[in-house]
Amino acid sequence: MKKKNHLFLQDLKRNWVKWLMLAPAAVTVILMCYVPMTGIVLAFKEYNYHDGIFGSPWVGLKNFQYFFQSGKAWTTTRNTILYNMAFLCVNTVLQITCAIMLSEVVGKKFKRLTQSVMFLPYFISWVVVGAFVYNLFNYEFGAVNTFLKNAGLNPVDIYSNKAAWPFILVAFSAFKNVGYGTVMYLASIVNIDPHLFEAAEADGASMWQKIRHITLPCIRPTIVILFLLAIGTIMKGDFQMFWQVTGNNPMVLETTDVIDTYVTRSLLTLQEFGMTSAAGLYQSGISFILVLIANFLVKKVEPDYALF
Amino acid sequence: MRKLKDANGRTMGRDRIVFNMLAYVVLALLSLICLLPFWLVVSGSFSDQRSIQLGGYQLIPQNFSLDAYKMLFRIPGELLRAYGVTIFVTGAGTLLGLLFTSMAAYVLACREFRYRYQVSFFFYFTSIFGGGLVPWYIFNTKYLRFHNNIISLIVPILINVTYLLILKSYMMNIPQGLYESARLDGAGDWIIYWRIAMPLCKAGLATVGLFIALNYWNDWYNAMLFLDEGRKDLYPLQYFLNNILTKAQAINAAAARSGIPASDVPSEPMKLAMTVVATGPIVLLYPFLQKYFVKGVTIGAVKG
Repeated sequence: MKKKNHLFLQDLKRNWVKWLMLAPAAVTVILMCYVPMTGIVLAFKEYNYHDGIFGSPWVGLKNFQYFFQSGKAWTTTRNTILYNMAFLCVNTVLQITCAIMLSEVVGKKFKRLTQSVMFLPYFISWVVVGAFVYNLFNYEFGAVNTFLKNAGLNPVDIYSNKAAWPFILVAFSAFKNVGYGTVMYLASIVNIDPHLFEAAEADGASMWQKIRHITLPCIRPTIVILFLLAIGTIMKGDFQMFWQVTGNNPMVLETTDVIDTYVTRSLLTLQEFGMTSAAGLYQSGISFILVLIANFLVKKVEPDYALF
Repeated sequence: MRKLKDANGRTMGRDRIVFNMLAYVVLALLSLICLLPFWLVVSGSFSDQRSIQLGGYQLIPQNFSLDAYKMLFRIPGELLRAYGVTIFVTGAGTLLGLLFTSMAAYVLACREFRYRYQVSFFFYFTSIFGGGLVPWYIFNTKYLRFHNNIISLIVPILINVTYLLILKSYMMNIPQGLYESARLDGAGDWIIYWRIAMPLCKAGLATVGLFIALNYWNDWYNAMLFLDEGRKDLYPLQYFLNNILTKAQAINAAAARSGIPASDVPSEPMKLAMTVVATGPIVLLYPFLQKYFVKGVTIGAVKG
């Protein structure tokens, strides 16, 4: 131990420029990530502003009890996991389909144009996507209701329809993220050895057979890894998306509230610190375990891609 | 029938032609779906208030009108301020973020740095475990005094570990021989970083810099957490837009402050005109910057 310390001090002295160059990023990360980690204790405390995080009195597991008995723990966890699974499946299928089609399309200009257009939504903020949702589904003037009225049908009130939101959220998740994933899968399709396709063609393989027996098996590692890594984030809801697409609409919370939106809403409107920290710790604790599991699985399947 | 050839000059079989036709149709449709919301917003912003109230938003404006944009220029104060805040935050945040990230990446890419694995893990760990929103929020407001402070829009997203690792992998590709010969010539780490590493990974810096800039430009979350209603002068563009869209009275109130009666304000098209003005720069710059983002995504994919 003493020797180790000695080595470290020696390195610090010899490489002080390097350590100094690391410092700004390291200090930011310490302030933004490591110091707040100590605030985990808050989940077991009754916070008051005067005493601060460390002076407030301990309350044991009361905050957790409150969170689980409110019934919110179950609905938000269920929503978070189901949404993430739906996003993952729908987006992956669309991304791979688009990537295979883009890789096959003959027209270079068409290929570039469609890829760019589908990638565009990734670059706009969720606030603007929220404006799109408003523009489409607003009861009085929304484009969907305008269309329905012009077609002689009754307008629909989507903002109070709980069952519609899962579809809308999945659609907008695809809208925003399919382009990104398509670029990613396209990169791994382009990396496939072209001789494989030539040999298959020489043997008279059909288009479908080439996709089925060359393209898909070659990008399988990427798919498997991305699926496994998704296990690690399945408890994390995309806060910005849920908040902006639903407009934090109180009428449809039962089908749209995820852990992240619930925690933020309770924090901002109720100033409820104890219970929200308990919910946050519940989420990041399970997430951490899931990341370890995911990493373990990736290591088994494809050791090169392991996270750590 | 004339033989069709593919990009490599090979003759295409019947199934490939059919698949290509299918691909053209599907990709064109999906692209149109992606463009539709943009088009609806632009079309709505060029409509007049009355036709929207009577007939709703349409694909093509019923009464083409510039009212919304004219009104926007009559009360430009808050919008311009929000633009200013966003430009400042994006500029400062991107420069600082890129400097800090690249310095750290350079050190972590140095093969002779004894503690590079430990320090890499120190950074990496933050992306797999966190203390949650609430302790972070309390630390930032109570101890770091971020509340109603423009710093709160910059520091929280200054360092992104993914970008650090991307830059590190760019720097690892620089031949170590260059460093060694520079060192023999008496160059220190700072000189090597600034004169050799930085110029050699310009592409990586451009990619990461653009991602950082995009995150700053699109950020509204930190403004929502840390800024009070009383500090509207610090609102960045996206949060200003969010406020206009979600608070029905926001536009009329802004107009009233400039002495314009609420009945004269085309509030519906104005919401959309604001959206257009706030998104315009990104959509206009996108064609020129796209290739850097594609590069970033591709590297991210390779690195997992």
